Amino acid sequence: MKLGSIVRTGLVAAGLLAGAAGSALAQGAPIKVGVLHSLSGTMAISETTLKDVMLMLIEEQNKKGGVLGRKLEAVVVDPASNWPLFAEKARELLQKEKVAAVFGCWTSVSRKSVLPVFEELNGILFYPVQYEGEESSRNVFYTGAAPNQQAIPAVDYLMNNEKVQRWVLAGTDYVYPRTTNKILEAYLKQKGVKQEDIMINYTPFGHSDWQSIVAEIKKFGSAGKKTAVVSTINGDANVPFYKELGNAGIKAKDIPVVAFSVGEEELAGIDTKPLLGHLAAWNYFQSVKNPTNEAFIKAWQAFTKNPKRVTNDPMEAHVIGFNMWIEAVKKAGTTDPDKVIDAMIGITVPNLSGGYSAMMPNHHITKPVLIGEIQGNGQFDTVWQTPGLVVAEEWSPYLPDSKDLIADWRKPMNCGNFNVVTGKCGGKGK
Amino acid sequence: MFFLRLLAGVSSALAAVVIAATACAADLSTLVANLTTGGFGDRETAIGALAASGEARAAPILEALGAGQLYLRKADNVVVIGKPDGNQLALTEAVSGKPAGTGSEAELDRVRVNNRLRGVIEAAVGSLTLMSTDPRVRREAADSLFKRPDPAALAALDAAIAAEKDARIKVAFQEARAAVVLVSDAPKQQKLEALEVVRDRGNRDALSVLQAAINSAADPEVKAAANAAAASVRQSLAGWEAAQNVWYGISLGSVLLLAAIGLAITFGTMGVINMAHGEMVMLGAYTTFVVQDIIRTSFPHLFDASLLIALPLAFVVAGLVGIAIERGIIRFLYGRPLDTLLATWGLSLVLQQAVRSIFGPSNREVGAPSFMSGAFQVGQITVTYGRLWIVVFSLLVFVTLILVLRKTPLGLYMRAVTQNRPMASAMGIRTPRVDALTFGLGSGIAGLAGVALSQIDNVSPNLGQGYIIDSFMVVVFGGVGNLFGTLVGATALGIVNKFLEPYAGAVLGKILVLVFIILFIQRRPRGLFALKGRSVE
Repeated sequence: MKLGSIVRTGLVAAGLLAGAAGSALAQGAPIKVGVLHSLSGTMAISETTLKDVMLMLIEEQNKKGGVLGRKLEAVVVDPASNWPLFAEKARELLQKEKVAAVFGCWTSVSRKSVLPVFEELNGILFYPVQYEGEESSRNVFYTGAAPNQQAIPAVDYLMNNEKVQRWVLAGTDYVYPRTTNKILEAYLKQKGVKQEDIMINYTPFGHSDWQSIVAEIKKFGSAGKKTAVVSTINGDANVPFYKELGNAGIKAKDIPVVAFSVGEEELAGIDTKPLLGHLAAWNYFQSVKNPTNEAFIKAWQAFTKNPKRVTNDPMEAHVIGFNMWIEAVKKAGTTDPDKVIDAMIGITVPNLSGGYSAMMPNHHITKPVLIGEIQGNGQFDTVWQTPGLVVAEEWSPYLPDSKDLIADWRKPMNCGNFNVVTGKCGGKGK
Repeated sequence: MFFLRLLAGVSSALAAVVIAATACAADLSTLVANLTTGGFGDRETAIGALAASGEARAAPILEALGAGQLYLRKADNVVVIGKPDGNQLALTEAVSGKPAGTGSEAELDRVRVNNRLRGVIEAAVGSLTLMSTDPRVRREAADSLFKRPDPAALAALDAAIAAEKDARIKVAFQEARAAVVLVSDAPKQQKLEALEVVRDRGNRDALSVLQAAINSAADPEVKAAANAAAASVRQSLAGWEAAQNVWYGISLGSVLLLAAIGLAITFGTMGVINMAHGEMVMLGAYTTFVVQDIIRTSFPHLFDASLLIALPLAFVVAGLVGIAIERGIIRFLYGRPLDTLLATWGLSLVLQQAVRSIFGPSNREVGAPSFMSGAFQVGQITVTYGRLWIVVFSLLVFVTLILVLRKTPLGLYMRAVTQNRPMASAMGIRTPRVDALTFGLGSGIAGLAGVALSQIDNVSPNLGQGYIIDSFMVVVFGGVGNLFGTLVGATALGIVNKFLEPYAGAVLGKILVLVFIILFIQRRPRGLFALKGRSVE
């Protein structure tokens, strides 16, 4: 084993020395990278873009000569927005295609569906979307935001800068909004907000008739206190929701809405003039001005051959995740999952918001938090940003079940749910 | 001229109150330059200083700032106002108001504002435009002062009330004045009078002002009076709320009716369980998108007529696809409901993916023509033109369909075939042709529904999925094969849904409606209006 790797390293070195003529010699079989995003069904609207971003990143890396002297090859599968199919396709990628890493999933339920497969077959998954936290797996790297990297700073912003005293927590009825709202409710109460000043509302997926709910929000907002809506409404349902807000004459000046699932991509399909001033909290906006981001936007628009194509936060998460994986593979000198997983922790790469993100021992990354206001051109203006990077709290300190848990995948702890009170690995949850 | 002088006087009085020192020394160009520097906090001070300067240019500059149209030209650092003009911006110098050519976003730096600043600007512009010659602007100024009462504006309001000729705007001014009095430290008697004025306004904004007064009132008598006023407003609003729910219910019902009425033909009269019905709706919506896209690029002046042009096209597209489905698949499966169900469900997936491959997975934007945008007030209910037109349109479709079925030969054949197929066939009616046309008619109407739904829902490949279950519910509830049942069923389900939503929430509300329908079907298996006659046996 050891001898083999020495020989291989030697070969790589020889190949590099031999220069252009020798480069063919150095190229073994390509390294396969799995892309597990829905290209059909309900989630295709969001996930197709992520597949394209992965193809672009892999193409760019290959132009630079691949990694370890080998080219990368994307293996794209379509789990069709069907949660059990995610698990099947993940198994196919790991067992049949023998991919070195998988970049994929959007919804929490799809991640939960593939989690046992990755743990059983010891694969690596990069998960690029903001999520509810309460999880840390050895085989998953979470490059999206945990609640304290998105939701809590947004609430703080509204509380301090817009002096909001009454809160509507509106969400789609599934695990991410429910958990996030539970955390936010606990957080708000800790800040002294009374129960009667919090309204929680859930709607089904794809809800399209918002008339009475918007009327309820308006009613809740006429109590003489500044009111804001914290929206975990998912995907498609946002468009009719914002349209109805406009119809009901609710302006951002009166009742601002801060959304955690509305990005540039979602706004691309609608007229944003009535939405002027409504907010979103992310770790990246396309409008962020710095050379790395400008180069990325240029490359993306060239790759998609569409000069108007927008970028968004989960795309940035994949960029960070992919670059981290490349660095880790270089550091480990192999694509062997165990070695790469160990090498990942501590890797630091530039993010697109103008700083660096680091992989922490809890398998989450550090991120800046940006609050942006929607502009008439479908972009966000950053109105506030955390002074530094925020480290993810994968286990929320505001929930009684998880407040004693931490995750640390370094030796000797090597545990995703270590209970600091009992001193044992294995608390509630996974 | 008198007004102007008065305005200047009032504003300089304001200036004395707000920031006496800076406003006197600084001239307009420094004041404007100050807007563009520093953080949001500095900008707030600069806005106050500009508003208090008494300059005539202050109001348009602040309005441009609030609308995000104030720019700093990179080349020469001149502050300009940019109004969109095609792909370019038509520029005017902010300080002088002179035209300054055109420019693109890339050559300019927009002066950024946030929500807080927009509020500050609105209040500042409100007190500056109380004397505007445009009654609409005066009205808006009164409304923004009512929502954000500022004690400093009292003098300006008094002057405006004295000068106002329009009775309705005068009332608005008085209401704004009352709101201002409530936040000022005026004597008790004035506050009590103000409470009455605000109470008589009687809408949600008034309630908001009253609640704020309750929260902040120090005097127990004022607090009690504010409580009483708030209670009376709440009581009158409760009545309006019920009326509003009925309207929302009718509006939802009209959407359900549109989606279900085509199904009432294919499922109701032909007995075909067509799971691809929602996709016909989606095809109609995409037809609208294509029509609008062509109009936008080639005939922009026709934009307002785009929906009218799309209507017949959507009917034809969805109808032809429907006929193709009937001829290609369904006619081989008559009398095998389970096979039909599976085949059409598979077909719906095929159609969705086909649209996804052609148009891409993301939503497409379908704009609203001018006659469908905006809203008007009926008492305390806001009625949007878009929803109103959809209600009217759904009724038109319904009436037309009834007429087609009752008064045309095709309708006669259709009824004959559904009532007694062998007999109709024996009388010389070509039943397969009538089947195809009936299915085409049902699908075409679904296409019409798609045109209307493109106005209120996302035009995406998943559009149809959201309506298929609801459509079946409406048809089964209303009574299979009865169009009037569909009308009553859709309206009833819409209204019940809207009354349940505020109490039970949208998710539980839907579940309750479903449970109600299941129980109802147990009692009356044929729905609200059962079809009588030989055909049902």
